[in-house]
Parts: sequence; structure tokens; C-alpha cells
Amino acid sequence: MIKLVDISKLYHTGSVTLAALNKVNLEIKNGEMIAIIGPSGSGKSTLMNMIGCLDVPSEGRYLLEEREVSRLKEDDLSEIRNKKIGFIFQSFNLLPKLTALENVELPLIYRGMPAAERRQRSVEALHMVGLSDRMYHKPTELSGGQQQRVAIARALAGDPPVILADEPTGNLDSRSGVEVMEIIRNLNENGKTVILITHDMEIARQAKRVIRIQDGSIVSDEEVA
Amino acid sequence: MGVWQIIKLAIAGIKANKMRSFLTMLGVIIGVAAVIVLVSIGEGASKSVTARIEGMGSNLISVTMRGSQSSALLTYEEVQQWKERAGILGLAPVINGNVSVKYGSNTYDTSLEGVNEEYRQVRNHTVQAGRFILPMDVSLRQKVVLLGTEVAAELFGNMNPVGETVKLNGTNFKVVGLLEEKGSESMGSNDDKVLIPLTTAERLLNSKGIRSVYIQAESAEMVDPVVAQLDNILYRKTNDAESYRVFNQAEMLSTVNEVTGTFTAMLGGIAAISLLVGGIGIMNIMLVSVTERTREIGIRKAIGAKRKDILRQFLIEALVVSSSGGIIGIILGIGGANLLGSVMSMETVVSIKVMALAFGFSLFIGIVFGLYPANKAAKLNPIEALRFE
Repeated sequence: MIKLVDISKLYHTGSVTLAALNKVNLEIKNGEMIAIIGPSGSGKSTLMNMIGCLDVPSEGRYLLEEREVSRLKEDDLSEIRNKKIGFIFQSFNLLPKLTALENVELPLIYRGMPAAERRQRSVEALHMVGLSDRMYHKPTELSGGQQQRVAIARALAGDPPVILADEPTGNLDSRSGVEVMEIIRNLNENGKTVILITHDMEIARQAKRVIRIQDGSIVSDEEVA
Repeated sequence: MGVWQIIKLAIAGIKANKMRSFLTMLGVIIGVAAVIVLVSIGEGASKSVTARIEGMGSNLISVTMRGSQSSALLTYEEVQQWKERAGILGLAPVINGNVSVKYGSNTYDTSLEGVNEEYRQVRNHTVQAGRFILPMDVSLRQKVVLLGTEVAAELFGNMNPVGETVKLNGTNFKVVGLLEEKGSESMGSNDDKVLIPLTTAERLLNSKGIRSVYIQAESAEMVDPVVAQLDNILYRKTNDAESYRVFNQAEMLSTVNEVTGTFTAMLGGIAAISLLVGGIGIMNIMLVSVTERTREIGIRKAIGAKRKDILRQFLIEALVVSSSGGIIGIILGIGGANLLGSVMSMETVVSIKVMALAFGFSLFIGIVFGLYPANKAAKLNPIEALRFE
């Protein structure tokens, strides 16, 4: 479960203080699939960084599975990201020099998992996204859709409870986008908490709950049929 | 992340940027090779000088009279009296001069030493053919001569000179022996000389006294007491500490070793500076690499890499570059030292110690100059790093 309590993120530029997030309260239950939408500059990226433990709030509390993470040090945040959160980025963010399999293995390596186990898990994750036959290809040898599926496998391999997808279809053609969204919906059906960050209503509608953010505050929070 | 995996990645990175990696390594390669070659020259020089000094004879002491008048020189009888002193094993007074040696129509100018029968043992000479000078030769002023190998080669070629007669400054001498080759020393070649009985030399050179005496002490421990006694005797004789000189081989060795040691350290130091410059090259490239790979660092951090993971990755990359450079440098250094040894007929000694030192230093350079860029990478903020294009 994710619980944000009065989260603010303030940036000081000279004498001016800018609130990227202003006392945001949000609760996401396990197994939910939600979409956070808003125009650029609305604070949705900041919110994503916060939820993804890439950043810490200036004020407020963030509870991730009952654990207060808003005051943790950088290395502790790394560990939480590694175990609790699977990232899917708009630009895939795969390492170009590594094969698909090695990319998927990477978070498990940082977790300190023994080689045989992490190899098996990574193979399974790639199988799940339908890339069993592309394991030894480098990202440049794969199509955009395939690259994003590798990224999903990487997010999945560590079996984190939360999947955080930032514009996952933003760089894909529509057909690949549909495929990717289908995989993401499947993940949710298998029990993962999925958080989509997007500005595309088409994508947002596939979630069960849509949160609208503007000027650093949540302006609406509604269930979708 | 496993160390082996990082090493594999680092090697892949080196291969991906072959030219750049090679140029980066070049600094270390040149530095390590230079350290090895220069130190091997220094150590080789030290070794050959030491061998030559030791080859002069063991526990050797030499006395040199510096006065110009004949009263300031020694007589054979005077020298023989030293025999009674404790600790003296052998006494070899020597009269030096130059002589022209003639055999048939060949003439050769060389140096002459008038010696006694003890000279052979004191100066560690060996006779390869014939015999050495006998006590009888000295007492009867026999006109016999031993030739050094260079002299023999000049006059006789490959022929055995023993039994032949040569003319020394016009006087007939019978060749009784041929010395073993010995190589040169600080006082000149040991092979470009002839030896005749001391008493005969006195006559031949019309010399009034003995200028130098070689003394062999009984043991290394006895060298200092013998030196002290000789000092005493000579001072009483001359009343002038400047008119003679007592020189001991151990002292000479330590002086020479000190000089060659300084020489070696200086050469090594100069080479080490180039290694240092190589290290700066590594740092420069690592900094470029960190900037280029900001996004990669961001990705790694986002999926769970800690500071120490990133630090270790870049440090290992620096180490792979510097140690590869070190290994290539060692190979080149050994090759260079051997080449120098054979082409310039210089003695060079490549010791394991120097190789280990140079390699260790290159690793050290890798760590020192890799640390700053690696730390810079480790401290990158993941959000900003991910935003980097």
C-alpha cells in the first residue's frame, strides 16, 4: 500500500519558493491500477519521482508498505527502488551495451542474487513478455515495442509489488502501444499495483482509477468503469 | 554487481573505444616500460661494477704512494716486513710502467706490472697456459713475462705464446705464461697488460721504488685492523697523511653501490614521473567517460545501484585500463631492456622486484586517478542523470 500524507516538494530559487507539489494526499491500495494525468509542469513527474523513491519530499510523509521512506538516505532509497518498484520509462532506458537478458538481470545483480537464480528469473520474465527468442539481442537490434517489453521484463524480474510506468507508450507506434498496454494490464490482473503516468486520456482510461493533477495539487480522483 | 562482470564490461568498453583506450593506456605503458628499462640499466651497471671490484680479489686493500721523490716510495724489503703484521695473508707490491712488446715484426704498446709470486692470489688472477711468476724469478731477476689475453691476441693471434721470446723495450723476455681473461675494472683493462718479476721491472723501467702494494687480508673482519696498521706504518714513514692512500675494497664497493643506487633511483624517479602523467591521462578520460555515461549511471541508480556499486564500477574500469597498460608496459620494458643489453652490449638486470613495483605503481595510479571520476559518478543524482541526453 502506498500512502502519501501532506506531501510537498518545494524548490527555492532565490527568494521565490516554488511548490512542485503542494500538500498532496493520496492512497493507493495493493493491486490497484491507477493513472496519474496532467499537463506538463503540473507536478506529475515530481509526484512520480516521489512515489518511485527517486526523490524525497520537502514536507509530509510517505509510507510504502507501512514503511516511512520520506526521510531515507540515498543508498536506502536505492535498495527500496530495487526491491519494491519496477520502473518502465518512456524512452525504455536500456543499457545499449548489454543484451536483453543482461539488462533484465541488472536489478537482480544489484540485489546480490546468485547467478543461477537471477538467470532463471530473467529468462522467465522475458518469456512472460514474449521475448524468449530475443534474449541475446542488444537493444539496438530490437524494435521499439520489443525494447519496451525488455524494459517491462526488467521491471518485473525482481518481482516488485509496484510497477511505475512513465508514459510507457509515448515512444511507440500505436500497435506496439496496444501490445505494451496489454502486458501492463495483465501485470495488474496478476496482482501488481500499477501506476501509470501519462497525459494521454486513451491510456489513462485503461486504468481503474484516474487522478488528475494540476499546479501541484490533485484536482480530481475518480474511479473509471 | 559481481567484480568479474564489471571487469568483463570494462573490457568491452575498452574494446568499443579502441583508439581512445589505447592512447589512455599509452601513458601507463610508456611509464611502466621506462621504469623497467631505466632501472634495469642502473641495476645492470651496479652489478657489473660490483662484479669487477669483487673480481679484483677478495678482502683486498691497496696502498698507493703519492709522493714524487724516491724517498716517498716504498722498497721491496720494506714491504716484505709488513708480512709479520697480524691479519695479512698476501702482499703484492707492484711497479707500474708502460712498455712496447715486440714479437717478430709486430709491436704492441701496453702497460707493464712488475709483480711477485703472491700477486696471482691477491689479485685473483688465473693462468690459462704456462705458469705464473715464481719466487726464484723475483730473486734472480729472470727475464720472463706473462701476457694478458689482449696482448697475446695482438701479437700472436690464436697461437699459443708460451715458450716464445718477445722483446720488451728491446730486451729479450721468455713468455712463460698466458693470463686468463678477466675483463676491465676501474683502473683499466686487466687483459691489456704484461707481468714480469718485480726486480726485473725495477731494472727495465729504471724505477727506484714501489708505488703501489696490494694486500690481501685474512678475512673480511681483518680488513679494518689491517687498514689501521698500514695507516700507522705509512704515517710514521712519511709524516704526511696526504702522501699515501690506503684503500679498501669494501669501502670502494659501498661507495660504488651508493653512487649506482642514487643513479638507479634517479632514473626510476624520472620514469615514475611519466607514469604519473599517464595517470592524469586516465583521470581525464574517466571524467569524459562519466559525463558520456551520465544517463547509464542514472538508469543503474534508478533500478537499484547504490553509490558503492557505481564507485566500484568506475574504479574497476580505471584499474583495468591501468593494469592492462601495466602488463603491456612490463612486456615492452623487458623487451626493451634485453634489446638494449644485446644491441648496446650494456648489462641490464630486470628484477622481479622492479616489475612488481612498476605494476603495483600502475595499479596505485589507477586507483588514485580513478577515484575522483568514480566518486563523481557515484554522487550523481538519479533524477538529473536520467534527464541527461
